[in-house]
Amino acid sequence: MSNKIKVATTSLAGCFGCHMSFLDIDERLLTLAEVAEFDRSPITDIEHCGPCDIGLIEGGVCNSENVHVLREFRKNCKILVAVGACAINGGLPAMRNHIDLEDCLLEAYRDGIGVENPQIPSDPELPLLLNQVHPIHEIVKIDYFLPGCPPSADVFWTFLTALVEGREPSLPYELVHYD
Amino acid sequence: MTGTITINGQIVPFQAGQTIIEAATAAGIYIPHLCHKPGYTPHGSCKLCTVNVNGRNCSACTFPAVDGQTVINNSAELQQDRRRITQMLFVEGNHLCPSCEKTGNCQLQGVAYYLNMTDNHFPHFFAHREMDASHPDILIDHNRCIFCNLCVRASKEKDGKNVFAIAGRGINKRLVVNSVSGLLKDSDVSIDDSAVHVCPTGALLIKRTGYQVPIGQRIYDHRQISEVALFAEGSHEQ
Ligand code: SF4
Ligand code: SF4
Ligand code: FES
Repeated sequence: MSNKIKVATTSLAGCFGCHMSFLDIDERLLTLAEVAEFDRSPITDIEHCGPCDIGLIEGGVCNSENVHVLREFRKNCKILVAVGACAINGGLPAMRNHIDLEDCLLEAYRDGIGVENPQIPSDPELPLLLNQVHPIHEIVKIDYFLPGCPPSADVFWTFLTALVEGREPSLPYELVHYD
Repeated sequence: MTGTITINGQIVPFQAGQTIIEAATAAGIYIPHLCHKPGYTPHGSCKLCTVNVNGRNCSACTFPAVDGQTVINNSAELQQDRRRITQMLFVEGNHLCPSCEKTGNCQLQGVAYYLNMTDNHFPHFFAHREMDASHPDILIDHNRCIFCNLCVRASKEKDGKNVFAIAGRGINKRLVVNSVSGLLKDSDVSIDDSAVHVCPTGALLIKRTGYQVPIGQRIYDHRQISEVALFAEGSHEQ
């Protein structure tokens, strides 16, 4: 049995930019790999996350599947972290919140410029869209927030090294950005 | 009457008629604020400047300095109250900073950075707010208005006009424009008016000035609002 800390990550209604920024910690990933291992994440292809120490959530909640994934992460992760603007306040996807859902779908799939074969996707496999995009703290309890669109690599590094070393994480002024 | 007050244990002199925030600024002490601006009639609406005066919480921008007052500005409780107030301002409007031209130069954001606010804490209102892009030079994005009344005061007190007002209450509160259509293009606003340059947020923007300074090189990207405000508003100004 390894005594490495277990980290799971997922992207809900986000663009994967926060994950890309996480990768920007570059060679420090090797240092991290000595003390941490990944459970569910884009690089492990695990479908459901198991018991973890840290769960990093990118993106807000825009559909029913996002709600399930978020609840599963909350159940399994000791520490749940909202990563980036979309997870914290809905981000740019929340710009649809004052537009009627039907109008959104019609614009995207039927009436929009350049749409071919117009039809509203309705496969039962597809998760149902919510009327509005919500930040994740409105669904489950969140322990920490890493602001930024995306948070910089240094934000991830500062935060994770503090947790690994058993210190209370905090971000210095230069690392707190909402953009 | 002149005299002295103490702020965080430091003795601070004041002139007759000065408010607590004016005395503090002159002494180089920053009290967070959004609706206060030197030279403008105090409005007392944002409550960011809440300080404890002789055991009671008051707005430093409206409360007169009185000889012998004991003012606390830096307690953990006050910082927490201010953080909660700022979070309320964020959830009441629709503040999506990555899509806002004011980001990095925004005082609301600057205060939030200063208070080390990393989340919005409350459920979001996602209030339905309109945009008025009718004017050729000036844009109003109501999603970002915090009702600080500065544009209202500027239009009256500095421009000698009466272009803006705040109407309604609660979630229906909104900035209104004095024109028959209600649109900015039909008002007598001008691009040179103080009113359109005073906004602390990205609610009132001048068109075609976007992204002249890249994100990351803007005011609050590197300098705390405490330092910027004291330099601009205090005795340190040359
Ligand atoms: S006005 Fe300020 S706080 Fe609001 S979206 Fe723009 S930058 Fe962010
Ligand atoms: S538009 Fe700007 S200056 Fe006017 S009340 Fe709103 S936030 Fe204040
Ligand atoms: S600055 Fe005093 S209430 Fe707004």
